[in-house]
Amino acid sequence: MYEFLKTLDRRWVFLLMFLAVATPILLKVTFPEKPSAMVMDVFNAIENLPEGSKVLMAWDFDPASRGELEPMASAFTRHCAEKKLKMYYMALWPLAVPMIQDSIRILEREYPHLEYGKDYMNLGYKPGNEGVIKVVITNIRKLYTTDHYGTGVETIPMMNGVTSVQAMDLIVNVSAGDPGTKQWVQYVATPFKKRMVAGATGVQAPQLYPYIPEQLIGLLGAIKAAAEYEQAVINGYPHLAKIATAKEGLRRMGPQLVGHVLIVLLIILANVIYFIGRRRGDSR
Amino acid sequence: MKRTAPLLIAATVGFIIIVSTFIPYTESWGEDSMIWFDILAAVAFVLGGGNLLKMNLKKVSERRPGWAYSAIIIAAFLITLTVGLLKVGTHPNEVFWNKPWSGDYIGEGSALWWIYEYLIYPLTSTMFAMLAFYIASAAFRAFRAKNMEASLLLGTAFIVLLGRTYAAIILTGWLPELAHDAEPSFFGQLWNGLRLEKLTETIMGVFNLAGSRAINIGIALGIASTSLKVLLGIDRSYLGTGED
Repeated sequence: MYEFLKTLDRRWVFLLMFLAVATPILLKVTFPEKPSAMVMDVFNAIENLPEGSKVLMAWDFDPASRGELEPMASAFTRHCAEKKLKMYYMALWPLAVPMIQDSIRILEREYPHLEYGKDYMNLGYKPGNEGVIKVVITNIRKLYTTDHYGTGVETIPMMNGVTSVQAMDLIVNVSAGDPGTKQWVQYVATPFKKRMVAGATGVQAPQLYPYIPEQLIGLLGAIKAAAEYEQAVINGYPHLAKIATAKEGLRRMGPQLVGHVLIVLLIILANVIYFIGRRRGDSR
Repeated sequence: MKRTAPLLIAATVGFIIIVSTFIPYTESWGEDSMIWFDILAAVAFVLGGGNLLKMNLKKVSERRPGWAYSAIIIAAFLITLTVGLLKVGTHPNEVFWNKPWSGDYIGEGSALWWIYEYLIYPLTSTMFAMLAFYIASAAFRAFRAKNMEASLLLGTAFIVLLGRTYAAIILTGWLPELAHDAEPSFFGQLWNGLRLEKLTETIMGVFNLAGSRAINIGIALGIASTSLKVLLGIDRSYLGTGED
């Protein structure tokens, strides 16, 4: 047994991980989530905005991190729609445009009373990374003469009076790297004292903690925070509990739990083997 | 001239952007510089595409090892570029319904949308998802409590791994939570702080925060000094060797 475990083929580990992830998905295992203080800070930043407030929805992620970040983006969209806020979507990543379209599809399907151009709009993608941020913070119309669909911004009602991102009451950024939350904090939230909340991948989140709470009101880090935020939105708007796609983050916590427990057990097992080997004087 | 012109452009634009941050009169100069930058960034996509074609065509024509992969890259690049530029399969815009090219280039049902939804999305998601398998395998092989530092790292990893899931509630949910309306006692704070989800918050909000802040300050100082070197022409490495 000792020899088998010591030279365990990594394909056994792969198989275990596959089962750890697949089983809770197939059995539809979910767990209750209690929103943490940080998640509630994010929730309250949106919840306390008056109806009609302008919110910039900057989606800076691609399909690679869609599994982790899309539940956040969808929950932000639903929360803003429930609060009847005006949503301005834009992207600094070329592959983020379909992510915006996914959010807009939620609005079209679940909030048909909201109208494109009056309640929400898609500014689309512009190349230039932080260069785009530096321009839109002082003059959005120099760079965005049309929306994503080619309609002149001067003809879009919700662009009336919006000359720069400084007109926004809140910036919501969901990001998987650079350009993303760090750049929005450095070029917008900090110098122009704009209120901002963000959602980020688990890998990126530790680098963003230093900005909280002065430059960033709150941060959703990884799928755990996405699930907690979904729960907070459902607690505030209970009718959303009937929508299956409004609980995507909560659904993903099942595989996350079993996957994490498996990794912990594998590390413990590996260390037991290591110490047995050391006691036996096995140097291999 | 080949090196002096870029050097002057970089220095001039760099100083304009710095000055425009501090002097309101020059704010529009900074804006214009950034718009030039954004235009150049868009042009860089064309250069990038050209470079990708050049490198891979060379590899295919010389039949170098792995040339078949290059052929796939070229085919994928050209197909994606063509269907995107020609808006293949897009539905006309509702306002300009009689103009066939008025539709969204990546609108639902278009060829580019199809490529995105059924090729790019599953491929990139699969690559990212495979990390779970490699992390599990690497953790099994590499994480050993060989000394004090490694043991501390292991302990921290266990707390964060479990604290980020419902396992935290299963394992330490029985420890009393702090009541919001009562004055917290020492033991009340201690028990509450020992809950796995609270320990995770402490690790992320204290230890990680201190480390990240120190690294960020170091990086910021490094960026400032490197930027000054570039603007003053001391560091010219970004101009290349001049041999190519």
